[in-house]
Amino acid sequence: MKNNGNRIVVATGIGTALYIALSYVSIPLGFIPNTAIQPRTALLAFLAAIFGPFVGGAVGLIGHTLADALQYGSVWWSWVFPDALFGIAAGLFAAKYAIEEGGFGTKQIVLFNIVQIVANVVAWVVVAPVLDIVIYAEPANKVFTQGAFACLGNVITVGVVGTLLGLAYTKVKAKSSSLKKED
Amino acid sequence: MKRPIIQFDNFSFKYRTQMDVTLKQINLTIYEGEKILILGPSGSGKSTLSQCINGLIPNSYSGDITGTLLVCNKEPAKVGIFEMSKSVGTVLQDPDGQFIGLTVAEDIAFSMENECVAQPIMKQKVQEAATLVSIDHLLEQPPQELSGGQKQRVSIAGVMTEQVEILLFDEPLANLDPAAGKYTIELIDQIHQLSDTTVIIIEHRLEDVLHRQVDRIIVMDNGEIVADMNPDMLLSGNILTTVGIREPLYITALKYANCKIQEHQKPSQLNSYITEIEKNNIQTWYNSYTKEKTQEKEEEILAIEKVFFSYANKRPVLQDVQFTIKKGEMISIVGKNGAGKSTLAKLICGFEQVNDGRILFRGKDMANDGIAKRAEKIGYVMQNPNQMISKSLIFEEVALGLIARGLSEEETKQRVEATLKICGLYPFRNWPVSALSFGQKKRVTIASILVLNPEIIILDEPTAGQDFRHYTEIMKFLEELNRNHGITILMITHDMHLMLEYTTRGIVIADGKLIFDQKTSEILTNSNIVEQASLKVTSLFELAKACEIENPIDFIESFIEYDREVREHGADAILHA
Amino acid sequence: MAQMLSYMHKDTWIHRLSGVTKMLYFILWSIVGMVTYDTRVLMVMFVISIILFSMSKTSFYQVKTVFTIIGIFLTINILAIFLFSPLEGTKIYQSRTDLLHLFGSYVITKEQLFYEFNVALKYFTVIPVALMFIVTTNPSEFAASLSKLGVKYTIGYSIALALRYIPDIQKDFTEIKRAQEARGLDMSKSAKFSHRVKNMMAILFPLIFTSLERIDTISNAMELRGFGKKKKRSWYRERPFTKTDYVSIAFIFIFSVLAFVVTFIDGTRFYNPFI
Repeated sequence: MKNNGNRIVVATGIGTALYIALSYVSIPLGFIPNTAIQPRTALLAFLAAIFGPFVGGAVGLIGHTLADALQYGSVWWSWVFPDALFGIAAGLFAAKYAIEEGGFGTKQIVLFNIVQIVANVVAWVVVAPVLDIVIYAEPANKVFTQGAFACLGNVITVGVVGTLLGLAYTKVKAKSSSLKKED
Repeated sequence: MKRPIIQFDNFSFKYRTQMDVTLKQINLTIYEGEKILILGPSGSGKSTLSQCINGLIPNSYSGDITGTLLVCNKEPAKVGIFEMSKSVGTVLQDPDGQFIGLTVAEDIAFSMENECVAQPIMKQKVQEAATLVSIDHLLEQPPQELSGGQKQRVSIAGVMTEQVEILLFDEPLANLDPAAGKYTIELIDQIHQLSDTTVIIIEHRLEDVLHRQVDRIIVMDNGEIVADMNPDMLLSGNILTTVGIREPLYITALKYANCKIQEHQKPSQLNSYITEIEKNNIQTWYNSYTKEKTQEKEEEILAIEKVFFSYANKRPVLQDVQFTIKKGEMISIVGKNGAGKSTLAKLICGFEQVNDGRILFRGKDMANDGIAKRAEKIGYVMQNPNQMISKSLIFEEVALGLIARGLSEEETKQRVEATLKICGLYPFRNWPVSALSFGQKKRVTIASILVLNPEIIILDEPTAGQDFRHYTEIMKFLEELNRNHGITILMITHDMHLMLEYTTRGIVIADGKLIFDQKTSEILTNSNIVEQASLKVTSLFELAKACEIENPIDFIESFIEYDREVREHGADAILHA
Repeated sequence: MAQMLSYMHKDTWIHRLSGVTKMLYFILWSIVGMVTYDTRVLMVMFVISIILFSMSKTSFYQVKTVFTIIGIFLTINILAIFLFSPLEGTKIYQSRTDLLHLFGSYVITKEQLFYEFNVALKYFTVIPVALMFIVTTNPSEFAASLSKLGVKYTIGYSIALALRYIPDIQKDFTEIKRAQEARGLDMSKSAKFSHRVKNMMAILFPLIFTSLERIDTISNAMELRGFGKKKKRSWYRERPFTKTDYVSIAFIFIFSVLAFVVTFIDGTRFYNPFI
C-alpha cells in the first residue's frame, strides 16, 4: 500500500478509536504505587513508529482529548499535550524503523527505545508537571512526583509492549522465504 | 453493434510484492449495457481483474503492467482512482470497511459530499437512492444497528447517487444470509434493467448469482480466462468441474440421472428446462438408489432448558429456547442475522449468563463454571481466525491454552504435536502463522481449541468467504474430527449447502425463538420456516417438484448421500458396488 | 466495556446550536476556568454551568457513572495535594490561620481549605459544560462545522471515523478477550502481574493487527468514492449558523474578557479574602 493522504486520515481515525477503546484497560504495576501498564501508550508509540509523527501527534492529541471527555466528561489538558508531544517524537524516525517492510531488528529496536525514553522523560517529567503548575497551580512536589511515576510506567509499557508489538507486526509483514515442511 | 466499454488487450499484471504474474495475457471486451459474471476460485485473479478496472491497481496496489486496458476510453493507470470513480462505481466485499458514515444517510451521501454537492440536492438524492433499495426508513441508524444485508444496500445506494457507467460488485454474497443474498441478486438485476449501466459481478457462488439472468460468464483460473460464454453453454460443458467451481445442485443431480445437459434447452432456467426425458431419468435414478439408514445417536451431552436472555435494559434476545444435543452429532444452527444464534453460542460457552433457564452438560448445570472451565468441555472457534491468533509461531499458538493451564513442557509438547498431526499441520509446526492461507489459519485456531480436549466444538461461520475448494477442505476436516475422533460439532452458518451436506440436524432460530428442530432436508423444504428464518429453498426441492417426485425430502437426502460418495470415491465405485 | 458518554438526540436550543459554537464555548470556558482562581468568577461560572446544564435537558442518569468517577478522582487529587503540600494555601495567600494540628508538619489551615475548595470548584465549573458539549453535539455535524474554523476537512473526518469505529473496536475487544479467556488465559485482577501482561498481549495483538488490516480497506473504499479529490467538500449534516449561534459566541467572548479583567485587576489570578 502506498502511504497516501487518505491512508493517513484513516490511520488517524482507526488509531484514535483503538486508543480510546484501550483507555479502559490498564494493569497496576503493584510494586510501584500509582503506576500502571497502559496499553494505549504502547499503541500510540507503535502507531507513530509505523505511520510517522503526524499520525502519532494526532492520535495522541485527539485520542487523549476524546478519551478524557468520553470517560470523565472533562479534559486534563496538562496531560493531553505531553501525550501529543510523545506521539510526535515516537514517530520522528518512522522511516528508519521500517516496521511494515519487515525491517524492525535489533538496531531499530535500540533506536526506538532510546527515542521513547527521551520522549517520555521530556513529556512527563518536564512538560506535564510544568503545565500542571501553570494551568492548575498545583503544588510542585506533587506534580513532579506524579510525572515521574507516569514516566516510569510509560517507559516500561512502551519498552515491553510497544517493542513486542513492533516485533510481532514486522514478522507478520515480512516475506517468508525458504520455509520447508518438516516430517 | 454495441459500443465496447471495457477492453483488455494482452493485459498482464504482477504485484510488486509477489514473485509471479497474477494476470496473464488477458484479452477481454465488455460491451455497454452488458451484465457480466466473473467467476473463479480464490486466487484465480478475479478480484485483481476488478481492481484493474476501478483503478486501485496500480494506483493503490503497485506493480508492473504490460498490454493495455481501456475503461470508458480512459486508461485507469494514467488517470488515477478519482477520475475512474466518475465512471466506475464499486461495491466492496466487506460491508463494515465500506460503511464510512456515522449514519445511513451520511454514508449514502459520502461521494456527493466529496463532490461538493449542495445540501438540498444531496438530501433529495439520498432519499431517492434509499427508497430504491428500500432502506429509507433507516436513514438515521448507525451501522452497528444494521444487518450485513442492510449495510450492503447502503453501499449500493451510495454508488447509485454517482451516475456511473459501470457498476462493479466484488463478492456481493460473501457476508449475507441466504434471503438477503437472493434479494441482492434481484436488486442488482432491477438496477440493471432500470438503467443502461454495465454490471459486473465478481463471485464464486454460481447457483446464487444465476437466480437472475446474466448475459455472459467469464471464468478465470490461475490468472487466465478459461471460458467466456453464455450461462447455458457454460452449464452444458465441464469447465466448472475442472476449475473447482460448484455447478448448481440441480445440474449435478441431472447429470447423476444420466441426463445430457443441452445448451439449446437453456439449463440456466430450471423450470423451463425439465421435459419428459429429464423427468423420467430423475425418477428412474431416484427409484434405483437406496440410501443407508443413519444411526440415531443416543447419549445426551448438552441440554438447553428454557433459556431466556436479554442484554441490559434491551429487548429479549432469546426466549424459551430448549433443545438437547447427543454425543457425536454434527448440527447446524441457522437463522437470519441478529436472530440470536451467536448469543446462544455465547451462553453455552459462558461468555454471557442466562437470565432464566439452565444449560446442562452431561446432566450437570454449568451455571457455576467459568469461561475457562467450560472451555475444557466446549470449545469456541471465532469466525475470523486473525482475531484469535496472538502468537507468531504455529506451535506456540496451539500451545497457548495448555501453557496457561500450567501443564509441564513435556506434556504440552506431546499434546500439541498430537493435535497438529490430527489437523495436518505437523509439517508446518515451526512456520510463522503469517505464512499460512486463510483456511490453514482456520485450522490453527481449531487446533488451538482441540488441544484442550473438548467434547463439543462450536464454530461461528466456519466457511464464510471461502471458495468451494477451501470450503470442502475445511468441512472434510471437521467431518473427520466428528467421525473419527467423536467430537460433537455445532455450527452457526448461513450456508444452506453446508447445512444440507454436512449436518443431519438443524436448529432454526428466528427472532429469539427456536422455531424448528428437525432433519436439515426438512427445513429447506418447509417454505414457512424458510421464510421466517431468511433461508432459501434449495434448487433440489424445485427439481424434485418439477419431476413430480412424491417425497422431495427423501429425494434430497438420496442426492446428498450419492453426491458425497461420488466425490469421495468417484462415480464408478458406486456403479459397481 | 465500560459505559461511555455519547450524543443523545433531543430538541433544545442548545442541541440546535452549531458544533463549532459549542466547541468555542467549551474551549474558552475551559481556558477561563483553568486560568482563574478568582472565587467570585468561579462561583458565577458554576451557577451559569448548572443553569445551562439543566436547560440542555440532560438526564442525570446519563452522566451518573461519569460523576462517580470524577468524584473519586477529585477526592484523591485533593487528598494528594494536602499530603504533598499541606501549606500550599499559606504560600499562595501569604497568610496562615491554623485550624487543627494533625501530626508532624500536617496542619489544617483555613488557607489550605480555601485553596482546595477553589481547586474543586474549578472542576465543577468546567465539567457540566464539557458533559453538555458531548451529549448535545451530533458528531457528524461537529466534524462538518470544524471546517468553518478553517480546520482541514481531513482532520474533521479523522475524528468522525474514530467515533464511527469505536463501537466496532470495543465489540472486537470483548469478543477477543472472551475467546482468549476460554483458552484459559486468566484476565482477572487476581492473576500474577507478569501473567496479566502476557495475557493482555494475547488480546492486544489480534485486536491491533486486525484493526490495521482495516485501514487499507477503508482508505480504498474512501478513495473509490472520491474522498480527498477536492480542496473542499460539502457535508450532509452541516447546519447554517443562526442568530443564537452569533449571540452565544458574542456572549462567551465578552464573558471571557470580563472574567480575565476581574481576575487580574489586582495583579494575581487568586482572589485573596485573607488580607
